[in-house]
Amino acid sequence: MTRQPVHFYQVGSFAVGNRLLSSDDRTVQSQRERTNSIDSGHRACQGCGEALGARYALDAAMRATNGHVVAVNATGCLEVFSTPYPETSWRIPWLHSLFGNAPAVATGVAAALRVKGKSDVRVVAQAGDGGTVDIGFGALSGMFERNDDVLFICYDNEGYMNTGVQRSAATPPAARTATTDAVGPEPGNVFGTGKDLPRIAMAHDIPYVATATVADLHDLERKVERAMEIRGARYLHVLVPCPLGWGSASNDTIHIARLAKESGLFPVFEAENGTVTSVSTIRRRVPVEQYLSLQRRYGHLFGKSPRPDIVARIQAIADNNIARYGLVDDATESMEVNT
Amino acid sequence: MFQVRFHGRGGQGVVTAAEILSVAAFAEGRHAQAFPSFGSERTGAPVVSFCRIDDREIRTREPVMEPDALIIQDATLIHQVDLFAGLVHDGYALVNTSRAFTELGFDQTSASFRQDRLITCPATELALEHLGRPLPNAALLGGFAALTGQITMEAIDTAVKERFEGAVGERNAAAAAAAFDFVTSRVKELARASTD
Amino acid sequence: MLRQIEGSRAIAETVALCRPEVVCAYPISPQTHIIEAVGAMVKSGKLAGCEFINVESEFAAMSVAIGASATGARAYTATASQGLLFMLEAVFNASGLGLPIVMTLANRAIGAPINIWNDHSDAMAARDAGWIQLFAETNQEAADLHVQAFRLAEELSVPVMVCMDGFILTHAVEGVDILDQESVDSFLPPYEPRQVLDIDEPVSIGAMVGPEAFEEVRYLAHLRQLDALERIPGIAQDFKELTGRDSGGLIRTYRIDGAEIIVVALGSVLGTIKDAVDNRRELGERIGVVGITTFRPFPSEAVREALADARQVVVLEKSFSTGFGGVLSTDVAMSMRDMDFDLRTVIAGLGGRAITRRSLEEMLKQANDDALEPLTFLDLDQGAVERERARMRSVRRSGPSAENLLRDRASSAAAPTRRDV
Repeated sequence: MTRQPVHFYQVGSFAVGNRLLSSDDRTVQSQRERTNSIDSGHRACQGCGEALGARYALDAAMRATNGHVVAVNATGCLEVFSTPYPETSWRIPWLHSLFGNAPAVATGVAAALRVKGKSDVRVVAQAGDGGTVDIGFGALSGMFERNDDVLFICYDNEGYMNTGVQRSAATPPAARTATTDAVGPEPGNVFGTGKDLPRIAMAHDIPYVATATVADLHDLERKVERAMEIRGARYLHVLVPCPLGWGSASNDTIHIARLAKESGLFPVFEAENGTVTSVSTIRRRVPVEQYLSLQRRYGHLFGKSPRPDIVARIQAIADNNIARYGLVDDATESMEVNT
Repeated sequence: MFQVRFHGRGGQGVVTAAEILSVAAFAEGRHAQAFPSFGSERTGAPVVSFCRIDDREIRTREPVMEPDALIIQDATLIHQVDLFAGLVHDGYALVNTSRAFTELGFDQTSASFRQDRLITCPATELALEHLGRPLPNAALLGGFAALTGQITMEAIDTAVKERFEGAVGERNAAAAAAAFDFVTSRVKELARASTD
Repeated sequence: MLRQIEGSRAIAETVALCRPEVVCAYPISPQTHIIEAVGAMVKSGKLAGCEFINVESEFAAMSVAIGASATGARAYTATASQGLLFMLEAVFNASGLGLPIVMTLANRAIGAPINIWNDHSDAMAARDAGWIQLFAETNQEAADLHVQAFRLAEELSVPVMVCMDGFILTHAVEGVDILDQESVDSFLPPYEPRQVLDIDEPVSIGAMVGPEAFEEVRYLAHLRQLDALERIPGIAQDFKELTGRDSGGLIRTYRIDGAEIIVVALGSVLGTIKDAVDNRRELGERIGVVGITTFRPFPSEAVREALADARQVVVLEKSFSTGFGGVLSTDVAMSMRDMDFDLRTVIAGLGGRAITRRSLEEMLKQANDDALEPLTFLDLDQGAVERERARMRSVRRSGPSAENLLRDRASSAAAPTRRDV
């Protein structure tokens, strides 16, 4: 049931999945016989980064496990847009329970599979940033600590988009949300707040932690496949721009994701057993302004009364990331890698 | 129905004592119900537990309000807890101490009870001698058997060995047997004294 | 085999005989002994084919059970009080998803003020969660109800909560006949899920349902509970044929023939009530007892029939709806809405206050004299309440009431040298 021939017009591009590259370099999406974990026809917004990220991640997991995947979903956009009654986009076994319990539900699924002698079936749990860094954090930490055999994927769009764009602990400084309005002397979200979940995950010494963006889907697939080679708790943090919440053009989703990485604001790396093992270096470094200015959530930093002081503080965050992870090749040797 | 209330301190096996007594009664084919006073007491705090023994089903779930016997595992509770509360007028009291009952300082509170049923037993010393640890609960059950006749020493012996495996069970049972002998002779002395 | 055994231990051993496949545990008094014993049996290998998972919260415990049950495993957990409230979102979710999880609830009061002792506030807080709720009168019944609960849950795809009074039952050592494996196996077939995460037949479980179908989903859940009312007596009958024991069922009556007054209650207090009623019967008072074993679904018909000839019904409850009164009383009243009788509610045993036979007999005497108030709080220290009320009237910052009451009690009990605050 889970495998079905795919028509490329479903995704609107005949170049999908690097189909014009050599077969080794093609992504899962280029294969006509790929699984279609999340079928077309769902209710995601135009340009939804999460829909894109989830499809690539799950299809890659399906390929890596020969179709032996069960998905657990937290409440959130992904859950809501994929299963409006009476339809469902899920072509794989899929379970949604609550907002804050996806990691624990996944633990239960994995335990049941183990006890039933079906350890070949793997569990992927997924949530947005709210379900990961905020309400699901306790359950996630518990799942990590027990090293349960679950790949947990956070699709991070830096806010509670499903409920109307409110701040989460993944919302970056200065970003405007419905609960961090762009008013007052310090408009938008407060500096010095928020959680860095990939590093927290690494502190649990789980076997695999990685970050990715929807700008490099090939990299995302590769990381999912790597994660599926490993047993135990694994964490993948994927940056997925949200045109609605970020106030960006729907055709800019991938572009903005790329700028997040190329500016240094979103470090892309892999870590095994608590240690960084690889870093995706910045190919063409850009100032954060290029990333910020495409998004209305940062509109108050530009325009009539610009706030270069705040932009500079955001640039400092990017610079710090670049130093911490060695994101720029030239700088790698001279800067201390501090993770 | 025969009702027993145990007093002691957290860590002295007060709850276990009630449980063992109930197991002993069960072994003799009787109905028994043991339960603690349901606290969150820490080590050293006053603790109470209960045991009921009957020949028919025990339905009540109230705490033992009017005990037929008291087992007091720690004599230092005298000034902290109303130990004799509710004891029936011809009830028994077995106090763990190496002193005589009259030296304990509850002359006034205990005056209205049958004096030949108020007995002390150096259970901690007996436990140290036989077990090597100051845990008087099993020993006191032997004393209880001797004092009240509500349970046989054989049943106590069986229940103690069931609760504590191997050598620990043997040693506890030995302490119980020693206390049984001690109290048996004390009861005889007191009976002689009261007939004199 | 009949054994003198702690209630919690009896439950753990019985649950193990039911061959659970995933057990998740988070400690909370007075449930801990149950889950510790199950864990030890898994670890030693005595309970094979079972995953025992120490989770980080009750919310996770129920969530793990949800995941396991949806994957076709027989799932079990136990909790109490704050633990039930902490997992309550998942408790509703489990029933909404139709997952036949069995959970022991070692009934305990809910704070603040924090209190670890028994009452039924926790069970009542989950009354409308869509679970079947069974109440045990004795440890024997508690053990037996677990075996029946798994079968009931799995037959109907509804989760079942077995309620047993915390400490009073869980920590009581008394005779319990523990079944043998063969008997339990003959009574409880392997779990055959109605819905399961299966890679060969993928389904979406937990999809969003809008106004166009939500009411129907809920109504189906209601019908399943009504089905349970039909099934529960049959399962109890099967159990009786297996063991010879009357355990479970909808309600249990005691001396109601010709009773003018009938006391209705849940759980272990029924034993003390029966003793009290026997004494009052000897004095010529015509009093009987109805114990509610199945509280959800509420057995309205059975209750109505049992209470039909009573002049007065006294509902004794270990919980109440603040600002209103009895919870069980409301259910009883609704069951008998067109019948002519006096309903009296007695709230008793809150936060572990001992319900004594003596107080019960005094209350029953009042009932017999038609002198019982519509809502009575048994053994309430009216003086303590009045003192605090006076304090609150006299000064704005009167402080936390719970501490004031404790200080009053301490000073009234203390030696005269201690300064009265």
